[in-house]
Order: sequence, then C-alpha cells, then structure tokens
Amino acid sequence: MNAPQLPPGSVGLVEAKKAAFADPLQLTSGAVLPQFEIAYETYGKLNAARSNAVLVCHALNASHHVAGSYADDPANIGWWDNLVGPGKPLDTNRFFVVGNNYIGSCFGSTGPASPNPATGKPWGADFPVVTVEDWVAAQARLADRLGIERFAALIGGSLGAMQALQWTLSFPQRVRHAVVIAATPRLSAQNIAFNEVARQAIMTDPDFHGGHYYDHGVVPRRGLRIARMIGHITYLSDDAMMEKFGRVLRGKSGPGFGFDIDFEIESYLRHQGDKFASYFDANTYLRITKALDYYDPAAEFGGDLAAALARARAAFLVISFTSDWRFASARSREIVKALLEARRIVSYIEVNATQGHDAFLMDDARYHGALRAYFENIAL
Amino acid sequence: MTAAQQALLAARPDLVAIARWVASGARVLDLGCGDGALLKYLWQAKQAPGYGVEIDAAHVVECVRNDVNVLQMNLEDGLATFGDRSFDCVILSETLQAIHHTEQLMRDMLRVGREAIVSFPNFGYWPARLQVAFGHMPVSQELPYQWYDTPNVHLCTLQDFEDFCRRLGFRILERVALDRGRSVGLLPNLLGSLAVYRLGHGLTP
Repeated sequence: MNAPQLPPGSVGLVEAKKAAFADPLQLTSGAVLPQFEIAYETYGKLNAARSNAVLVCHALNASHHVAGSYADDPANIGWWDNLVGPGKPLDTNRFFVVGNNYIGSCFGSTGPASPNPATGKPWGADFPVVTVEDWVAAQARLADRLGIERFAALIGGSLGAMQALQWTLSFPQRVRHAVVIAATPRLSAQNIAFNEVARQAIMTDPDFHGGHYYDHGVVPRRGLRIARMIGHITYLSDDAMMEKFGRVLRGKSGPGFGFDIDFEIESYLRHQGDKFASYFDANTYLRITKALDYYDPAAEFGGDLAAALARARAAFLVISFTSDWRFASARSREIVKALLEARRIVSYIEVNATQGHDAFLMDDARYHGALRAYFENIAL
Repeated sequence: MTAAQQALLAARPDLVAIARWVASGARVLDLGCGDGALLKYLWQAKQAPGYGVEIDAAHVVECVRNDVNVLQMNLEDGLATFGDRSFDCVILSETLQAIHHTEQLMRDMLRVGREAIVSFPNFGYWPARLQVAFGHMPVSQELPYQWYDTPNVHLCTLQDFEDFCRRLGFRILERVALDRGRSVGLLPNLLGSLAVYRLGHGLTP
C-alpha cells in the first residue's frame, strides 16, 4: 500500500501513544486522581544527551495530535502542522517534539468520559475539577516516563501558553526556554463572564443530567453548540469576521423576516457549533473553562506577578497579536513587565495580525520567522 | 575583534564612543536597537547583558536571530514597562531626531537608567549651515533625507541639546563630537557631524 502524499516538511504518518500512571495524582482541589493515562505523540528523535526535547501544550479544543497525520485517517492533520516538522520553524530534524493531551480532556487522556475505577462507569460529573498546575504535574510524569529531565523548550498558545508558563514555576529547573503565545497571566472578569455563559448553556441543557448524561445515552448537544458559538466569537476579531463574512446573506437576496439563517455569519457559527458538539465532551468543556478561570500564578503572592515569576529559571519568548481582544497584547505586556521586574530573560514580539486570538495558529512570515530564529538559537 | 564587529563600528562611529562608555557587566537598554548589532557587540565585548526596544517587525526578527533580547514596543508610548533605575545605562543612538515625545522619553531614560547615552546628527555641522545659507534644507550622510520624506522631526544642534539637558536637570558627564569617525576637539558645534553624550542625574555645574 502506498503512503498518502504528504506535503514537504511534514513529519509524515504518526501514531498516538498512551502512557499509563498507576500512582495517584494529588490535585490542587484536594481531590486525588487514583490513576490516569496521558495520550501523546512524538516527532523527531531524543538525542543522546536528552537535551533536545520540546513539549507542546494545547489550548481548549486541540489535542496531542500536533503534526503529521494518521495512516487510517490521512485527512486528520495535526493542529500545529504548519509549525512542527522537518525544516519547519520547530524543526524535528533538531528537536524531539512531544505533543500531549491534558487530563480531563476528551481526546485520549483520562477525563470525565473515562471509566471511574471505583464504579467501572464513566466518571461523568464525578471527575474532579483540574487546574493548569495539575496538568503540568501530570505532564511532568510523562516527561519522567520519556526520560526527559529537562526540556529545551515549552511552547503553547492561549491555554497552552498558561501551561508553558506554569512549567517554569512548577519545575523551574526542568525548562530552559518558554515560548508563551497569545497568553494572559490571569483571566479578566470579561473572560470569566464569557466562560460562565458557555457553562450555563451546557448545564441548563435538559440533556445534561447533572453531568451524568452518559448514563442516559444522550449528550447536551444544544448547550455545547451555544458554548462553542460564544467561544468562537471571542477567538476572532471584529475586523476578521467582517472581512470573512461581512453582512452577506446566505442563499437569499433579502431578509427572510424569520429566524432561519439570514446571514453567512449565522450559518458559520451554527456549523462550528454543530461540528464541535459532535466530538467534544461537555464535562470536559466545563472543566477546561474552570481551569482557565482559576489560573492566576500571582494570587499566592498577593497579586504580585513579578514575585510569582521570580522563581522561573527559563528564558522567555512572549508573543501577542494586535487584534487579539480575548487575551489582548496588554495582557502579554503584563507578563513581560513582571519578568523584567523579576530580572528574568525575556523577548517580546507583538505580531501585527487581523485574525484575533486564533492568529497564533496562522502561518505568518514574521511570526514563524521569529519562532524559527528563536529555536535555531537554542543550543542542544 | 571579529570582522563583523569591525564592520559595525566602521559603519556607525558613534557606537565606538558608546561602547567605550558602557562598563563591563553593565545592564544596558538600547532604545531603537535595530537589528541588535550594538547589544550583540556589548555582550561579546563587555559581557554587558542587554535589552533592545524596537518597533519594526523585521528588525525584531533580526534581533531574535542575533540572540539579542528584544521587546517590540513603541518608544512614543514611553518606558512604563521598565522599573525605576532598572538599568545601568539606557542608550538612544541616532534615534532622538525621529522621536515625537522627546521630553517624555528623555525623562523616562534617566528614570529607568542610572545613566543615559544619546547620539544624534548635529544640525549645526558647517555643511548643514552652508546648505541652509544657500537656501536649502541640509542633505548629508548623517541626514540623508529630503525635507518631504524625512522621518526626522526634532533636529537640533549641540548647543540646543545642551540647553535642553540643562532644562531637564540632567548632568552632561561626557561629550564627543565626531566628523567622519574622528573626534573633533575644536568648535564641535560647527565641525562635528555627529554628537554623542553621556548623561547622568543632576545639573551640570
């Protein structure tokens, strides 16, 4: 059988793996996860000195599938394939890149849909609320398993950036560089408000059943759809939305004077909502948004972010996008200011981009050029 | 000195003076750092760890390539990102003339830095005076722009700059006037094409 044609620079066909951990994981909430699995993928080779490992952390709805595609599902290309591969900015000829799926997710790592060892039934609502700190603690177990004492770099965008940042605080000695993209050091009241609307949409869906919908053979699809539609609005900029959809009507020449789809943007949001509701787990969505809301490394230092970041030992590259209003550039500059105050090493790039928060996934010459240059300068 | 370093210092004579004034191991902030060449040189020659501030996206990528810590920011927004006395030396080389909020930036430089180094083209250089005398705006190696396409908005002479420093309450610690890379002793405001100043707190006596 011939392998499917992959574009040049692709890592090619990849395989998702799982690492099982039998030791309980103490969570921030006080709960204990008795055992867990982490889904992960690796690209490139770990060198003899074990000095070339890079951990990629994902945001809300992505997974461990960062690059390449699967033999049995060639259309499923990794979510950061434009960045990771041989000769790409994060060059797998040089680096051993690890993609991982955080716990509580629904793409392979232990989460609310996984069986609860105490009952044999899905955890559902009983799956504990996990935090960014918990994810990092679990990822450290994966690093131990893979024989990685110290990462050359941590990289992530949005919620993934929070994990990269937290790694430098939870395990200062284990991170040489942290690439923190489209980040915020803590959510604003407005950010939390959007998350709460999304959660309410899910929890008030009659099919939610207090989170035990698996037992009823249903999913709170309507709630998930609305949650995704809200989220999607915050990922795009006003300009990008106007440019892409404008006020164009869908398949009609004038208003329908009804509540079917009139505008292209309505069609787009419904499509995104439907697609998301078909694969994403509602209990996971609730937990991820809570992890976002709770994250605030400065909290235990009386709100002093510089004091919180003083224990980091990594060098930082912080990148923001001008049209991102979800985690605006000003939020990244807070991180930069605190790192400077804490006398840490940091570079900061503010990419001129129209796409909003999702710009971190785009293939922009300046953005990727900076990442390429940064990774090239990491000594192995 | 490497060939690249020699080429840099030959192309930018003010950097020789600047580099001489930066102490070994000093924390340096270079405002409008371009591709980071000066910071790279200061790190290699003086083990002076530095940060650059630059607004141009292509230059910022060059800085990253040069392994120089760079912050992509607009100097016109001020230096609020930087704490009081957080640097030993704040450098503004051949950028002063293109800054709009000159007074705010100059005050910020000596808030953030223990010392400041400023270099700028001297508008009082005799060929410039001659061109004005013959009815034209000066165009030269230091001021290569036509009046209609110049980024320069605040040109000054050595005397103007020294008056300005006095008004801001800054002490002039050292001054070098250069002409074609050579130091000018006599009549610097007339014979120097490029001025480099080292400034500190407190009025010049």
